[in-house]
Amino acid sequence: MRVSFTVNGRRQEADDVWEGESLLYVLRERLGLPGSKNACEQGECGSCTVRLDGVPVCSCLVAAGQAEGREIVTVEGLADFARQRSEHTGCATGACNSVGGDGISLDEAQRWAAKGQDSQTGEGAELSPVQQAFIDAGAVQCGFCTPGLLIAADEMLERNPNPTDADIREALSGNLCRCTGYEKIMDAVRLAAARQSEAV
Amino acid sequence: MDFLRPASWEEALAAKAEHPTAVPIAGGTDVMVEINFDHRRPEYLLDLTRIGELGEWEAGGESVRLGASVPYTRIMENLRRELPGLALASHTVASPQIRNRGGVGGNLGTASPAGDAHPALLAAGAEVEAESVRGSRLIPIDDFYTGVKRNALAPDELIRAVRIKKADGPQQFSKVGTRNAMVIAVCAFGLALHPETRTVRTGIGSAAPTPVRARAAEEFLNAALDEGGFWDNGKIITPSVAKQFATLCSAACNPIDDVRGTASYRRHAVGVMARRTLTWTWESYRGTAARTEGVA
Repeated sequence: MRVSFTVNGRRQEADDVWEGESLLYVLRERLGLPGSKNACEQGECGSCTVRLDGVPVCSCLVAAGQAEGREIVTVEGLADFARQRSEHTGCATGACNSVGGDGISLDEAQRWAAKGQDSQTGEGAELSPVQQAFIDAGAVQCGFCTPGLLIAADEMLERNPNPTDADIREALSGNLCRCTGYEKIMDAVRLAAARQSEAV
Repeated sequence: MDFLRPASWEEALAAKAEHPTAVPIAGGTDVMVEINFDHRRPEYLLDLTRIGELGEWEAGGESVRLGASVPYTRIMENLRRELPGLALASHTVASPQIRNRGGVGGNLGTASPAGDAHPALLAAGAEVEAESVRGSRLIPIDDFYTGVKRNALAPDELIRAVRIKKADGPQQFSKVGTRNAMVIAVCAFGLALHPETRTVRTGIGSAAPTPVRARAAEEFLNAALDEGGFWDNGKIITPSVAKQFATLCSAACNPIDDVRGTASYRRHAVGVMARRTLTWTWESYRGTAARTEGVA
């Protein structure tokens, strides 16, 4: 079957989709967006977390056909999504993504990488505040869990700009990291929250 | 495999009547796991996410009519006052991502003895609104679970909603697992005080082939509270009463040994949770009762 939906602000179509296929598989294998990671395939690890109509979900548990006509944001589009959100002040739902801007193309998204032309990781490439905070706090080790954590952390900060540590832990409780022991991840989200409140 | 995408409830019922083997999918948090792991290859998937009313609830009257697909997140955020036991249970479901998708309809459809909603539904008192092209019926929650992952639905029926009695007193939910997030219950316990009828109801999860009530424990406690005038005098629960209640709740279990825990551990833990949830709810009831008396 064919699935038509919006990914990172642009209309996309995937053909020859098997009816039992997950949204995660369509994103990775049919659209060539490997940012969302495939690990447990049972919703335990959160590494495949994307926004589905603004809501963080495990894309491995969304049937491809359920994404028909919906709006998806993946880690590849997170910087663009965050930028548009900040330009549309007063929009806290994330729905503004479809209103302003024209999203990013599949080609751009496929080539997206958090490395710039400079010697410093992150410089020269557009990053969302939460992505920059993860780099600055040293919250990335092997990086496998990072995309899911970024989507989940970004959505929490959108809802709750001044989270307590308990709020952060709860919001990230569906994302497993086997490297960091979570402390640097906590630091990163605290840093992103602090920078966000300074900017306001 | 065929992917059926009804745009309305009527279309969904027609599709289910035409294809009784179709597997309904809403949040997908059970169904997709089975498909991803190749445990299940249904001929038809029946996507219910286009049907808006399944995600809505009505809180008028004596009960809440909770749409089958209302996500746990919405229950936690919006129905804490009307359905405190279910809201607490919802909060223990997996993780935010799963709570954003999963709902009570799926929990009932899967009918796993470990489903987190079941003890709360049993304790509060609920009816499952099942519908087919033949008509609609209300299945009392006590008759709904028929075996391990089996329920009373006919092949052509879908769950439209669950009607759950609004709380008329304190409710609690307790669950044993290795951490606070992302765990299937080793066992779970729900308890609801119903001061209007002067009864207590319970629900036990993951400690028998189906979710069950501890009926003998309820009868014992109802009689003990009545005899001692506890509902009126608001005294603390006598330790011997709490202990006997816990023992009877343990006895209501029929657990197995599995990877998550042994049968004897489950029996023990259910007793501990029964005593604790009774104490918590009763203390809350006494507090409320004391305040009411103070005002009057």
